[in-house]
Amino acid sequence: MSTTTPIITVSGLTKKFKDLVAVNNISFSVLPGEIFAFLGPNGAGKSTTIKMLTTLLRASSGTINLNGFDPIIQPYQVRQSFGIVFQDHSLDDDLTAYENMHFHAVLYKVPKAVSTQRIEELLKMVELWDRKNDMVKTFSGGMKRRLEIARGLLHQPKVLFLDEPTLGLDPQTRNHIWNYIINLNKENGITVFFTTHYMEEAQKVAGRIAVIDHGQIVAQGTVAELEQKTQTDTLEEAFLSLTGHEIREEAGSQLDRMRRMKRLH
Amino acid sequence: MSTIYILWLRQIKRYFRSKARLIGSLGQPVLFLVALGFGFGPVFEKAGGGSYLQFLAPGIIAMSILFTAIFAGMEIIWDKQFGFLKETLAAPVSRLSIMIGRTLGGSTVALIQGILVLIIASAIGFRPVGLAAVPLALVFMFLIALLFTAFGTAIASVLEDMQGFQLIMNFLVMPIFFLSGAMFPLSGLPKALTIVAALDPLSYGVDGIRASLVGLSHFGYFLDFSILGGVVILLMLLGSYLFSKIQI
Repeated sequence: MSTTTPIITVSGLTKKFKDLVAVNNISFSVLPGEIFAFLGPNGAGKSTTIKMLTTLLRASSGTINLNGFDPIIQPYQVRQSFGIVFQDHSLDDDLTAYENMHFHAVLYKVPKAVSTQRIEELLKMVELWDRKNDMVKTFSGGMKRRLEIARGLLHQPKVLFLDEPTLGLDPQTRNHIWNYIINLNKENGITVFFTTHYMEEAQKVAGRIAVIDHGQIVAQGTVAELEQKTQTDTLEEAFLSLTGHEIREEAGSQLDRMRRMKRLH
Repeated sequence: MSTIYILWLRQIKRYFRSKARLIGSLGQPVLFLVALGFGFGPVFEKAGGGSYLQFLAPGIIAMSILFTAIFAGMEIIWDKQFGFLKETLAAPVSRLSIMIGRTLGGSTVALIQGILVLIIASAIGFRPVGLAAVPLALVFMFLIALLFTAFGTAIASVLEDMQGFQLIMNFLVMPIFFLSGAMFPLSGLPKALTIVAALDPLSYGVDGIRASLVGLSHFGYFLDFSILGGVVILLMLLGSYLFSKIQI
């Protein structure tokens, strides 16, 4: 047994929406300083799990411990412990980059003297300092992502959650973003938990991977362990061997409708 | 406290930055004031009602506050769909302070909109009985703003998307406006209409503004203030409760 206590411990976690079981009795743990990936097809339950870990959804059953706190009993301590980059953009488009950062600093009660300095450092890190007074609506998808990462780090969280952080970005930008994250992990020892359905990302970035499908973890371990377990040579083969070849339909096009409406607006 | 302040500030900044919306939402009240105020003026005067513009302006001020406030409250739907709400809900602050900050921000915006309409109305001939009356009118205007921002928040908390928005506008917001006595005196109406108007909280808001600015009152200050205040408290509680139940 390892002597370090895990920073995230999940056991028997289940989430039901009416008759749909989105997450079905999953258990895993993540050690401090690890980069842990949730790999799974669309609709596997990745985002639902992240929402439960980040206090946005209540689990139907099971327990979560994050940085020593329980999201149900100590939501504020849990929220103070993590930074998050959501799958969909969560910036205010009508505020500037700096204002979005400042808003976050106030919500997380980062003292003014500290926040001024950290906002500058972080915006420089993601190379947005010279655009700090521009409205976020003028930013590209990649710039918004970089700003969200900077914002997620502002209150110096122990854990950084990234829900499909590179979805819809070009390969150059994806590469760029992963470089920041890997550097952060190396230099500050921040624990990174991300979800993806890009196999090469999981392979390249994650120390350990949990493969999730139909709400259940079907396998977890390092890339080598997963390949060994399925007796395959690549992570892709291992993944397909674990989750099958059938194509998944993603539920709910409601958000797409809203996006169209907003464009017309 | 800082949470409430920063959420309030966000609403104010967004309001002043979207110039198109600011000017666009002044178009309708100005049209109503000019077309109805001058159009019905002669008839109203012949019927012995005095100047129609004097009568109408408080109603139109209330209308612009109603629309702006409802819309500000319902902006939560956009934030819900486009992610910004997650940023606030995942932060270590209470939902109550988020709700209060947003509601105060939306109400302030609606109040400013009402003041702009008051200024425009004065420019085209509306005359308050005295400047001393203005602060009291502002109190009523702010109560209307609070009431309907909280109402919008409550609605937005249970709606999934903007699909229901037209429904709310046509079957809730428009009736609230048209049946409130904003455009016609409440005395001598058919019984059914009298009852409906008495159940409409905006009636008391319009009456309160009209009482303070023009000196015409149907219900009396005290009743106006108590009913508005009571409904504001009820809707703030309801809004906070529904907002606290949002899961995304």
